Amino acid sequence: MGSNMAECHPVGFQWVMEARLKGATVIHVDPRFARTSANASFHVPIRAGSDIAFMGGIIHYICERDAIFRDYVVAYTNAATILQDDFKDTEDLDGLFSGWDPEKHSYDPGSWQYKDVEMHPSAGQREAPGPSAGADRFGGHGGLLAHGDPPHRDPTLQHPRCVYQILKRHYQRYTPELVEETCGVPRALFLKVAQALVDNSGPDRTSSFVYSVGWTQHTVGVQYIRTASIIQLLLGNIGRPGGGILALRGHASIQGSTDIPTLYDILPGYIPMPHAHEHPSLDEFVGRNAARTGGWGRMKPYLVSLLKAWWGEHARPDNDFAFSYLPRISGDHSAYQSALDMLDGKVKGYFLFGENPAVGSANSRLHRMALAGLDWLVVRDLVEIESAAFWYASPEIESGELSTTDIKTEVFLLPAAAHTEKDGSFTNTQRLLQWHHAAVEPRGDARSDLWFTYHLGRIIREKLKGSAEPRDRPVLELTWDYPLKGEHGEPSAEAVLKEVNGVDAQGKPVSGFLELKDDGSTACGCWIYSGSFRDGVNQTARRKPGREQTWVAPEWGWAWPANRRLLYNRASADPQGRPWSERKRYVFWDPQKRRWTGEDVPDFTPDKPPDYEPPADATGDAALRGTSPFIMQADGQGWLFTPAGLKDGPLPTHYEPHESPVGNPLYGQQSNPTRQLYRRALNSYNENGAAERYPFVMTTYRLTEHHTAGGMSRFLPVLCELQPEMFCEVSPELARLRGLTNGGWATISSARAAIEARVLVTERVKPLTVRGRAIHQVGLPYHWGYRGISRGDAANDLFPLALDPNVHIQEVKAATCDIRPGRRRR
Amino acid sequence: MAVVSGPPPYPDTRVAQPRPGQAVGFFTDSSICIGCKACEVACKEWNHVPTDGFNFLGSSYDNTGELGANTWRHVTFAERPAAPGGGDGQMRWLMNSDVCKHCASAACLEVCPTGALMRTEFATVVVQEDVCNGCGYCVPACPFGVIDRREEDGRAFKCTLCYDRLKGGMQPACAQACPTQSIQFGPIEELRTRARRRLEQLRQEGRKEARLYGVDGSDNEVGGLHAFFLLMDEPGVYRLPTRPATTTRDLPAMWKAAAAAAGALAAGVLLAFAGKGR
Amino acid sequence: MSSSQGPFLKAPVWKPEIGAYLFSGGLAGASAVLAFVARSRGNHRLARRALLTAAAGAAVSPPLLISDLGRPERFHHMLRVFKVTSPMSVGTWLLSGFGAAIGVAAASEVLGVLRPVGLAAEGAAALLGPGLATYTAVLLTDTAVPAWHQAHRELPFVFAGSAAASAGAAAAILTPAEAAGPARRLAVLGAVGELAAAAAMKRRLGALAQPYEREPVRRLDRMAQSLSITGAAILGLLGRRRPAAALGGALVLAGSICQRFAIFRAGFDSARPR
Repeated sequence: MGSNMAECHPVGFQWVMEARLKGATVIHVDPRFARTSANASFHVPIRAGSDIAFMGGIIHYICERDAIFRDYVVAYTNAATILQDDFKDTEDLDGLFSGWDPEKHSYDPGSWQYKDVEMHPSAGQREAPGPSAGADRFGGHGGLLAHGDPPHRDPTLQHPRCVYQILKRHYQRYTPELVEETCGVPRALFLKVAQALVDNSGPDRTSSFVYSVGWTQHTVGVQYIRTASIIQLLLGNIGRPGGGILALRGHASIQGSTDIPTLYDILPGYIPMPHAHEHPSLDEFVGRNAARTGGWGRMKPYLVSLLKAWWGEHARPDNDFAFSYLPRISGDHSAYQSALDMLDGKVKGYFLFGENPAVGSANSRLHRMALAGLDWLVVRDLVEIESAAFWYASPEIESGELSTTDIKTEVFLLPAAAHTEKDGSFTNTQRLLQWHHAAVEPRGDARSDLWFTYHLGRIIREKLKGSAEPRDRPVLELTWDYPLKGEHGEPSAEAVLKEVNGVDAQGKPVSGFLELKDDGSTACGCWIYSGSFRDGVNQTARRKPGREQTWVAPEWGWAWPANRRLLYNRASADPQGRPWSERKRYVFWDPQKRRWTGEDVPDFTPDKPPDYEPPADATGDAALRGTSPFIMQADGQGWLFTPAGLKDGPLPTHYEPHESPVGNPLYGQQSNPTRQLYRRALNSYNENGAAERYPFVMTTYRLTEHHTAGGMSRFLPVLCELQPEMFCEVSPELARLRGLTNGGWATISSARAAIEARVLVTERVKPLTVRGRAIHQVGLPYHWGYRGISRGDAANDLFPLALDPNVHIQEVKAATCDIRPGRRRR
Repeated sequence: MAVVSGPPPYPDTRVAQPRPGQAVGFFTDSSICIGCKACEVACKEWNHVPTDGFNFLGSSYDNTGELGANTWRHVTFAERPAAPGGGDGQMRWLMNSDVCKHCASAACLEVCPTGALMRTEFATVVVQEDVCNGCGYCVPACPFGVIDRREEDGRAFKCTLCYDRLKGGMQPACAQACPTQSIQFGPIEELRTRARRRLEQLRQEGRKEARLYGVDGSDNEVGGLHAFFLLMDEPGVYRLPTRPATTTRDLPAMWKAAAAAAGALAAGVLLAFAGKGR
Repeated sequence: MSSSQGPFLKAPVWKPEIGAYLFSGGLAGASAVLAFVARSRGNHRLARRALLTAAAGAAVSPPLLISDLGRPERFHHMLRVFKVTSPMSVGTWLLSGFGAAIGVAAASEVLGVLRPVGLAAEGAAALLGPGLATYTAVLLTDTAVPAWHQAHRELPFVFAGSAAASAGAAAAILTPAEAAGPARRLAVLGAVGELAAAAAMKRRLGALAQPYEREPVRRLDRMAQSLSITGAAILGLLGRRRPAAALGGALVLAGSICQRFAIFRAGFDSARPR
């Protein structure tokens, strides 16, 4: 679901094909019958934006039949935990939870807590009351966690206020009939999916979910994934081989780019970024963000080691380990907010590394206008992408909305080396780091990002040398001494990896994050990657063939953390530490050796026995029981119900996309109440009143032949041949309705813009019957822009900025449009 | 052992390396093709095949159109209704990587007047580009419409089954690139055995629409194909002819007719002088 | 449903030069036979003109063929092999042999030297002539093109008739009327044979004869019929007068050319129906 894996990850999809050949059932749920559907066991057509209703239906199905994996659920999830008395569900408040503040436009999660326990998110900042509300509301997840075990539980799962009963009640109206009415999925087909899942889960069998941006790119994106988590926890599929929820990541190391982040609100290893006003000292920061119990209890050693890695000898106990040198966030600095700030003249300069917002970001037109508001722009890429050419070649230039002579932005276009021309690592879905070696030298002036960043820093430091300004010290005192090689002075990527791995007081590589200390004797660039260079060997470069090792293949590459291939694998054994079944044996307790053992690195304290009971004053990992596999949660449990950490509710709820032709069938609350909207000129919305103007659902997706915003594919003849033009996919019914001809032109319009595309009429897109009406969907590949060999209009021009409130991801998988025959007017 | 693991049951990628002089070929199993077109790209990259035009054809995801001088692997797409007796009204999207068939009895080779088209030691059919003078006779001779003349160049071009890679002990570029091993390369006899096993497996799974195309001479008149296929529908759905034939199989009759006509011409001339003589 | 579509076959890549060669080769081959028989009957005026016509046809044929090659400079590669399975290979050798013989014969006739050699060469050319006139049918039918391949029993007779008609018509134009009697008769015989064989061919082709009912082939085909019939009638009935013979001959020639191109173009349409 939420993924077209064969299309977007064809090489990875070979493993799915292999599984099918071994007899696995593969189900593809997607608005279109796509290349994945063609190779699945069967396809389920679904209205874009209704996945929570679908999965909620599965939860309903499981609960109604009591088809849960009971032993797993009772022991490993918070199903038995009893909630506070004043919690109100969406069933009570017509689509809202208790604690909604319409003025602040946010929830106070106070009423969502466990009875008599103050819970906080697993990591990150809790909602701070008082003066720091407002801009400081933003930031990563973090907060102080209280003691492990909740005081009130009902292991029989009968108590009316226990999580399991609340869950059942929350989804009581998500019947197969409702799924058919809301999602357009025929009852029988839905039931086939639900039954298949139930039949293939339990002690002997596991099922897995695979998703990508078809789930995340919604205003309820995070809740989509949460719904799948609930299903998988109820069926006992988490932490077990063949189970889990896989987020497909790996294009351009996108997993790596959140691990060692390019995100504004987190530090390496998902430590939250400090706020300007919230965290005057290191200990206060740790106090507010670390957990007293569970895996995040060790935040201080991770953070101190990070500071030592960055500032070396200048990070000392007496200066808080240079904690004040860390940049601070003061609000929302996400990509979309930054673009809006550019429009308003608040952001002067911009670096774009391998990113093409003029085509790839939601409301790409707005982004092109935003770039025109910069003083300077540095673009590093393989070709002159649209974002570098906006000042002379965009549709806005063509229409006269922007004029080259009036744009004051100074654009620097610098050639970048390709991945074959530099050393480095990619991190993928499996948290697997795989090293790649430069095969050839980059040509001409092309240089790697590592080279650029290092030498930019070097030059800045040279210019600042001798400065007495306090604000220059963080730059001057950085450790910036990587060995350089070759005629261009390419920094050694392996040296960077060594720094990321971490070293002890003697400068020797540490073996893992458990060796990191909070006294400044260790340094480590990213605690979750610690171990990737253990024993002085680049573990990520290992390539032992699969047939020469166990089926887990631990000697191919290196997975974080600690080369653990399957997280939470304590859950693959029962509370007594025995495998749930011989067939699914993975990690289990060896009573003779008194250690956890098995196929993989145990995700558990190696010598903590299954019957371990924590003493009352225990902290950190010691506060978790021997039967608590979810060690990053304060209570060690898988959270069916999320008492803290998410802005839009403790239970996933079906909300309509911000732009939808359909009224919410379940609640008066139409869409996610906490979704982020930006009401301004370039971002008008099709609010419900104008439903007739834009009556169709539109969705974006990829094609195998092209890559993201086109910089790596639309400039190559061999790929342009395969998909030479921007096109839209429509059903024969919609084509008849609007007079579209196959191979002809169409203009697709939304409340923001209009684009043109060739027409592909196909039965793979079907109108779905939703609430008694035929809902038509228009499919739009999003790869095209105005440069390259193959040029076309950008699909993202049509979509609004409407973001998920937790992670600020844009909703480009469902919005509304109209479509008419003919080319766009110029 | 606890978990279902081990090497894949099919296709076994560890195929025997062809011995020198052993006949090789392709078995393209369209039932596991995901339509990614890596084969088209790998072929073009390795063989430096020029672009074949940027044309949006509006035929499903196929903008390549057909095989030709500048396209040696071509993925076809067919959106089809559910197979008879098949899965709750689910439509099918059939994909297949088409290629030169390297026929056992190759019409292109037989009609080539310069001897440019030849059979290699691997039993593949290859154009010797230093001999071909672009007469174009092979073009209408091929019953599959594979080979063509390259406009700018003048000579005929087609898939070489990566003859240069074979000589280097490597497999063809398309087979190497295919992520699902839909394109399988190896000694032809081994491929035939494997294909028949695969067909049996599919039949047992109830997929009665599966069939082999060109695995031997039983469904064609070209003596069997060295690049044969497993199809999930009628050949015509994949743009393949139903019963392709090597045109030269009728050549004896053709020469006979020509001889008779030549005789008739001579007789006619004689007749024109009959009677009045002069 | 949206799918990959289109015919399986490739249309021939040959240019109109090949269609022209079908005509010139046939004209040359049949003229050589006409010349030889006329010579043997003592009709030297007819023999001379038929001989020179054959030589002219033989002279223009190689340039037509070579210019159609993708790599004309490599024309001699045709002589690397002799393959019975390749009508083009057989034809190359036929044309080469014929060309040599007719060249010698024509030179001897014009220059008046080496007459025994010249006469022997005329005999050799006459021996090869019928083959030259009919092998081109095999050239076309030995392909996968349905309208050609399935016509392989009749097409050689169409070409033989067409060659005879052209040879007779050309000679009738060039030769004084009192000596051109056999030429006129040959032209009529050839035209009748050509049209009869073509009708038989289309009948057997059945549905595959569709291209002959579509433009541009249809017009060429109809013109071939009307020109040949009219020309043959004029030649037959009024051919004793030189002007009528010239007109009749010209019409028959035109009809023959149209017939060749109709069949040639029909192949393109058959491989790639529009």
